[in-house]
Amino acid sequence: MKHTVFIPCDSAALAAGAEEVAQEIIRLAEEAGIAINIKRNGSRGMFWLEPLVEVEVDGIRHAYGPVSVEQVADLFAADFLNAGTHELYQGVTEDIEYLKNQERLTFARIGITEPLSLQDYEKYDGWVGLKKAISLKPADIVQEVLDSGLRGRGGAGFPAGIKWRTVMQATADQKYIVINADEGDSGTFADRMVMEDDPYMLIEGMIIAGIAVGATKGYVYIRSEYPHAVDTMTEAVRLAREANYLGQNILGSSFTFEIEIRKAAGSYVCGEETALLESLEGKRGIVRAKPPLPALEGLFGRPTVINNVLTMAAVPYVLAQGAKAYADFGMGRSRGTLPFQLAGNIARGGLVEKAFGVTARELIEVYGGGTFTKRPIKAVQIGGPLGAYIPADKLDIAMDYEALAQKGAVLGHGGVVVFDDTVDMAEQAKYAMEFCALESCGKCTPCRIGSTRGVEVIAKIQSQPQQAVAQTALLRDLCDTMLNGSLCAMGGMTPYPVLSALDHFPEDFNITKTEQHAA
Amino acid sequence: MDTVEFHHESVIRQAAQRYRDVPGALLPILHHIQDTIGFIPNQTASELSPILNLSRAEIHGVITYYHHFKQTPPAKHTLAICQAEACQARGCRSLTKEVTEMLAGDHDWHVEHTYCLGLCATGPAIEIDGQLKAHATSEKLQKWIKDAKENA
Repeated sequence: MKHTVFIPCDSAALAAGAEEVAQEIIRLAEEAGIAINIKRNGSRGMFWLEPLVEVEVDGIRHAYGPVSVEQVADLFAADFLNAGTHELYQGVTEDIEYLKNQERLTFARIGITEPLSLQDYEKYDGWVGLKKAISLKPADIVQEVLDSGLRGRGGAGFPAGIKWRTVMQATADQKYIVINADEGDSGTFADRMVMEDDPYMLIEGMIIAGIAVGATKGYVYIRSEYPHAVDTMTEAVRLAREANYLGQNILGSSFTFEIEIRKAAGSYVCGEETALLESLEGKRGIVRAKPPLPALEGLFGRPTVINNVLTMAAVPYVLAQGAKAYADFGMGRSRGTLPFQLAGNIARGGLVEKAFGVTARELIEVYGGGTFTKRPIKAVQIGGPLGAYIPADKLDIAMDYEALAQKGAVLGHGGVVVFDDTVDMAEQAKYAMEFCALESCGKCTPCRIGSTRGVEVIAKIQSQPQQAVAQTALLRDLCDTMLNGSLCAMGGMTPYPVLSALDHFPEDFNITKTEQHAA
Repeated sequence: MDTVEFHHESVIRQAAQRYRDVPGALLPILHHIQDTIGFIPNQTASELSPILNLSRAEIHGVITYYHHFKQTPPAKHTLAICQAEACQARGCRSLTKEVTEMLAGDHDWHVEHTYCLGLCATGPAIEIDGQLKAHATSEKLQKWIKDAKENA
């Protein structure tokens, strides 16, 4: 009997040594004359266990991890091909607590299938949403997306259906679908996983969007720091075209849709939708003033749907299972699920897809298992480099756009970065300003110059404690100007991490709580 | 014109020919040039200007705006180390200091800062000659650097 062994090809697994492990398994199997069938699946998103090797025995997958090259021989000795006992044995994959209690709608296939296999994609419910969309009127597709309550997953949380409807109702000789895959937020990797581990899902979402709004051309703008995602998406587009999921008369219908993959060039601001459009047009990624909205005058001045990867990746499920099935998950105005990403100093980092409303504490403690260093948590940054720092005693907050906004925080792209008690929050605040200075596109003065002044002020607070009270007052003033005087989130939200650090940890800024209130 | 410059010119022209009918072609052209030569040579803006009907200033502006585009030839080896928050939480600051000191004065190596490689659950993350590496420590770094030298 031929054994099937799964070894992920996701870049987080590769970075942990998955390729070397795969080669060693092949080598030792050959030496022993054992016939094995190697499958390179996506990652299950349990990164502390990568490289996670799975074996299929009687149709059930068993997991071993994290496997190092040195341990492979030992695994063979323990008869891992028949799910033998070993210290790395994690049990039946589907039964691992971390996975079992998730609500994987978008990530349903990820880690199970081979990313570029059209056969796998079809077998696990692929293209069902597209076939449904082909049978519907465009307005009905848009209504379905509206009814699902799906909101933009890039951070702003704008209802996707309203964007789509605006583009659908616009008249133009050409409309575009643009995917924002410039996932630059530290602590986030869900877009990367979708593109590397289930690329056809994104392609399917884009075709559905094209049919709904009357667009025949789509672009995926992928950051240059994601070479594997660029390669996988490029290959997936080629294979999808060969199989007539792209091109003319898609699946015998009258619809045409083409996709072009574009590599970004390392500018954080290009994650802002109008800067991204400028970059696609071949210019510097400078933010545009709105209006005009991209939905009316977007790429090359034409009506454009611009959605984040996760937003578009949720669309095939919405069409296949119906708006209600999706909207049944979530809380308040945040419907559906969000793939949360646990990162930084965390014992069990990885991807956890849950309905909106799960608390930060549940994610970090139940799923994440606390800090990696086993020290107490000091602060958690939610929502990327422009997100607020939340102190350890305030983590019982629901992960929902509105609940976080009420606390002066943001959900962003769902990244959760944990810091232990050794972190210096003034240093983190200074870094937020440094990052803004490095990445500011330069259009708005408060962002361009304010960020550099911010670095200087915080450095002064650190080096001259006697001036801390006066300088923190100055810092608050500066943050106020940046918040209110910048066009986009770069300058407008850099104050979030800075002020939250200052508010919750005044002692790191050389001031006492009393001085804090007096200032 | 020496042979190196001649080679560069032909690569630039080739890239321009290949993408000239693509809307918004400048970034794909620059990527093609850098992927082929390793950097964006000096004469790029003046060569591309008449073909793309853009001013040299516009092209120069794009080349210098994006962190990804390099204007000088790359060192034999490049080590990029992530500086973003998730890797900070796992100690990238001290590791950066260490590796910068370790490779200081070695002209074969260029150490650069990067901001998120999407490996945020397994930091500190680094990239050596295009290879991604997770869970970096000083011991592992020394081994990876040694391996990279041997593979060169």
